[in-house]
Amino acid sequence: MAAQQTRLPRPGLARPGRPKEPHRLFWVALAAPGIIWLLVLFIVPFYTMIAIAAGYVNPVFGYPVAVWNPLNWSSANLSAAWRDLVGASAFVGPIIIRTLIYVAVASLLALLIAYPTAYFVARFAGRRKGLFLVLLIAPFWISYMMRMLAWVGLLQNDGYVNKALGVAGLGPFNWLSGLPMTVILGLVYGYIPYLILVLYAGLDRIDPALIEAGRDLGLGRIRTFLRVTLPMSRQAILTGMLITVLPMLGDYYTNQLLSGTTGTTMLGNVINNQLSTPGLQGEGAVISLFFLLALIIPMIYYVVRTSRTSREAM
Amino acid sequence: MTTATATPAPAERADTARRAGIRRLRPRHNPWRHSWFLEGFTWLYLIWSLVPVGIAVLFSFNNGQSQSIWQGFSWRWYFADPVNSVLHDPNLHAAVIQTVRLAVYVTLITVPLGVAFALGINRWRSYTSATANFAMILSFVIPELIFGVASFFVFTALFTTVGLGTLAETLSLVTWNLSWPAIIVQARLVTIGKQYEEAAADLGATHMQVMRRVMLPLLTPAVFASAVLVFSSVIDDFVLVDLLNSNSGNTPMSVYIYAQQKGGNGRPALNALGTIMLVMSLVIVIIGYIGYRWMTRGERGERGGQVEALATIAGSD
Repeated sequence: MAAQQTRLPRPGLARPGRPKEPHRLFWVALAAPGIIWLLVLFIVPFYTMIAIAAGYVNPVFGYPVAVWNPLNWSSANLSAAWRDLVGASAFVGPIIIRTLIYVAVASLLALLIAYPTAYFVARFAGRRKGLFLVLLIAPFWISYMMRMLAWVGLLQNDGYVNKALGVAGLGPFNWLSGLPMTVILGLVYGYIPYLILVLYAGLDRIDPALIEAGRDLGLGRIRTFLRVTLPMSRQAILTGMLITVLPMLGDYYTNQLLSGTTGTTMLGNVINNQLSTPGLQGEGAVISLFFLLALIIPMIYYVVRTSRTSREAM
Repeated sequence: MTTATATPAPAERADTARRAGIRRLRPRHNPWRHSWFLEGFTWLYLIWSLVPVGIAVLFSFNNGQSQSIWQGFSWRWYFADPVNSVLHDPNLHAAVIQTVRLAVYVTLITVPLGVAFALGINRWRSYTSATANFAMILSFVIPELIFGVASFFVFTALFTTVGLGTLAETLSLVTWNLSWPAIIVQARLVTIGKQYEEAAADLGATHMQVMRRVMLPLLTPAVFASAVLVFSSVIDDFVLVDLLNSNSGNTPMSVYIYAQQKGGNGRPALNALGTIMLVMSLVIVIIGYIGYRWMTRGERGERGGQVEALATIAGSD
């Protein structure tokens, strides 16, 4: 009661006079469980990964032994990974190059398909915008495995794709026998919904008056697009590419379902295999760390941008 | 004849002229002229994106072993087959139960944890809270495989009492999905602003009262939307549960489909499993959409509300 009384009288002056500490403690108490959770189950796992990577492999049973003290870190796993990456028996190096090529081609194809679609829905859908959005969002709610399963069925030797091509006198093709093209199209199909939504959000935010201004000042349709719309959607393209490329790089299941041969192995498969092979888990930790290091700059860029946008909104 | 087609009807012309702010406008110069090419392109994309899934759903009703040759309609892969249907095969059965169980556990833990985290971080401005927020957003962008590998090691080398299995799956999925409520609630806090909270405090409410009577009701739509998102993303999750499951008792649907199909054991029963996942997700999302619209009724215009609700439920807000 007394505490409330001190707050009541003069609303205009209430804020500066209010004691700060209990206020702060209340928010700290609210945030604490989440912070502790992230610390124990997000930060600690990464330290564990480092400790395993810098540890050694038990010579008898082959399980990895973590070394927690940085002063005692060993380079056994590191040199094993290094040998596989660039040494004489390097099998990971070519796989990384293949992964980069697949992801580059797949993400560019995705952009070429996603941009016109997002552009149409943002600018021309008019009153049907809700309908188009529902259809664009639908793949989000369909499990990735179900979507890949759909293509496995269609691309069978006796599947509908070969039947359709047969009508035109082509084929039949062994789509699922390790063709890079099948894997790349699978990646495009898998990750394009994310890209479209980010592009749509970016394009929808462009003020229509600017496009009208471009046209009023005498630019043609294409030049308006190149000079007004495209530069204004650059940020959305960058963010969209980032959230498509990052998961594509870690993908190990698309190629397993759509090809399953060693000819289309990607980096994710290497890590996944090492994780399930006794004796190679330490090396798997090292390669995961390399992977993380390579991605840390684009990831931090994304985080900084996101938090800046939300701070500006406040 | 050409003039008849080139000149739009008077009402339409007046409309476009008003929009462009020019009195006499030739159709060629109308920036809002409909692009049939782009519309066709969009429909082709949508067909490519959705029809294969429709066909896969269809094949879950196939009266035969094939995933590519139609042999008539039947329910055998759902319940009619006494051995190999989802209802009767213990492994298929267990996969459905595990998925539902994980989705419920993870939603129940993640939502309160994430909402409290968002409120605390948003109001407690300090170096610690900024760092925690950074870690939270980082967990949103980090490739799932890397987080999965780190989780695998933490449960096999450090928290060995947890080990692999349902508990490890739940703990990691909570961490992985914590950013949904945290991000959505923070966004909602920005739109609400501080005035309601301050008004309540000035009228003498304690912190707990402000939270319970003012903030929670205002945050309900965001909390609800994030619960829907967490639930459905747990249903669809694959990488984490693939790395952290230990036996058929804790293998959810996505992992079971993957392992069987990859092992050359593809059959329409897998399509049936996928269809069950799809229906579960769709039901949750439709409930989510209707619920969100109902909770935010009267907040904004009809059209904008529909699109906004869709964006929130899709997590792209």
